[in-house]
Amino acid sequence: MAKAIRDVYGEALVKYGKDDERVVVLDADVSSSTKSAVFGQACPDRFLNVGIAEANMTAMAAGLASVGKIPFVNTFAVFITSLGLTAARAFGSYSKLPIKMAGAYGGVSDSYDGPSHHALEDIAVMRTLPGFEVFVPCDAVQTDWLIKHAIDTPKPMYLRLSRGAFPDVYQEGTEFESGKGNIVREGTDVTIIACGLMVGNALEAARLLEKDGISARVVDMFCIKPIDKELIVRCAKETGAIVTAEEHNVIGGLGSAVCEVLCTEGAQVPVRMAGVYDTHTECGPYEKLQEKYGLDAAAIARKAAEAKEAKR
Amino acid sequence: MGLTTERIKELQEQCRRFRMDVLEVLHEKQTGHPGGSLSVCEILDVLYFTQMNVDPSNPQMEDRDRLVLCKGHAAPMLYRVLAEKGFFPVEEMHTLRDFETRLQGHPCVLETPGVDATTGPLGIGLSAALGMALGLRMSGSPARVYAVLGDGEIDEGTVWEASMSAAKFKADNLCAVLDWNRVQLDGTTADIMPTGDLEAKFASFGWNVLNCDGHNVKELYEAFEEAKKVKGKPTMILAHTIKGKGVSFMEGKNAWHGKPIDDESYAQAMKELGGEV
Repeated sequence: MAKAIRDVYGEALVKYGKDDERVVVLDADVSSSTKSAVFGQACPDRFLNVGIAEANMTAMAAGLASVGKIPFVNTFAVFITSLGLTAARAFGSYSKLPIKMAGAYGGVSDSYDGPSHHALEDIAVMRTLPGFEVFVPCDAVQTDWLIKHAIDTPKPMYLRLSRGAFPDVYQEGTEFESGKGNIVREGTDVTIIACGLMVGNALEAARLLEKDGISARVVDMFCIKPIDKELIVRCAKETGAIVTAEEHNVIGGLGSAVCEVLCTEGAQVPVRMAGVYDTHTECGPYEKLQEKYGLDAAAIARKAAEAKEAKR
Repeated sequence: MGLTTERIKELQEQCRRFRMDVLEVLHEKQTGHPGGSLSVCEILDVLYFTQMNVDPSNPQMEDRDRLVLCKGHAAPMLYRVLAEKGFFPVEEMHTLRDFETRLQGHPCVLETPGVDATTGPLGIGLSAALGMALGLRMSGSPARVYAVLGDGEIDEGTVWEASMSAAKFKADNLCAVLDWNRVQLDGTTADIMPTGDLEAKFASFGWNVLNCDGHNVKELYEAFEEAKKVKGKPTMILAHTIKGKGVSFMEGKNAWHGKPIDDESYAQAMKELGGEV
């Protein structure tokens, strides 16, 4: 069983931040959930638990960044991208301060806590902030790389993490590049462009599609912003149909970002979107929510078949 | 060692000139905030000219003291003080709020030399100042951080979140000043959102609280000196001020929070401040 993304995150903070005096970690009283507490135990002098005060925490992080620190701001994705937004905009985006906003529990991964704790609009919100880079890692290896990348890159970032454990996609030690998606499975009839949890589900969908004689390419678009325009256009031209797959509202997230590229780069092909259709969900087992709200492999496969059909 | 009588007179005269210069630009541009700029004048003047370790030839100096103008709409007075300090030419004041100016409507750290933090959205400046103070302390820097807040601004809940945090983290290198002019945009603070007993509130939040006349440079100076001696807790200086200070018809009037200055009012204001139009 793969490790939960949040566990990988906490360990990576220690791995890359322990000996780097610039790294400071903040949390809003959920450090045992976000796993920032792992860093807090290793480096108590550079760990600030500010209590349940997300807006204050994010602005404090900006102050830390302005005096040369690399602050990681931690709480649930839904709260950091709403309560933390004023500071993210004024200080991260407008002032270009390199705050690292780590949104734990992306999507519906905090499934049993219900819609109040689900984040299905966070990617849309954060990608509209000029200067912010937005990442949604799909497995443990990529999450580990992402923390190193965040420390090494002096830019404001939104890291959309998860409570869940995602199946391994990459080999240990794989290097990634900001702004570059990866083809993780070749195919010729349709391309599924996915991020986060949905990469694993898309790979499973591709296996289902194969049984029906449909050859699906799968792209891991872990970097939502800047987005890999070249790869999106290439996939549209080479496979003639696109499916986007995201654990997010279909409004404003990865699907929208991909469509913006296709429409403006002259690569209009049939597109279908797998994601949550502008609704709040409910509580329950993570798998059941994925199944009911169109996020599982079967839902992606249905969209892919539709997209391929629409090519005619 | 306190301020000499001569130095006090110099600072007072500087403030008189700053008020005239700011009103001149606000009249010329027909945009910007006079009320809060006039009330914060002595606070900024005393900080930059008697307290803060800054170097106009090296605005990014690592161990410099920082100032966060949390009430960012008082930018014109901050700019005037920074110009006098030598961060940019005083004549540049005439580009305030212009297209492609370095002097944006509210302070922007990337645009204006000497500005330490972007502000404008109220309520988050004190948190940012606290982050700076903690970061500087972690790095072993002797620098102090000043946060200048408006009293309307403290309606924002984040100010109180930051106040709790500053006490928890014992940020004694953080000194906040409340420009307590008792008037906000829509009316008096008593009408819009009563502040209650602020001395008791900040004290109960764990701050060292001082009071002073926010237009008396000697009292301000002494409060800042006193704040530096306090260990283990942040200091809040409640600076009792008058919105629109120095111009009789603007004093205490919320209408002058952000109103363009007409020719007649401008002439009258300059006359009162001892200048000529």
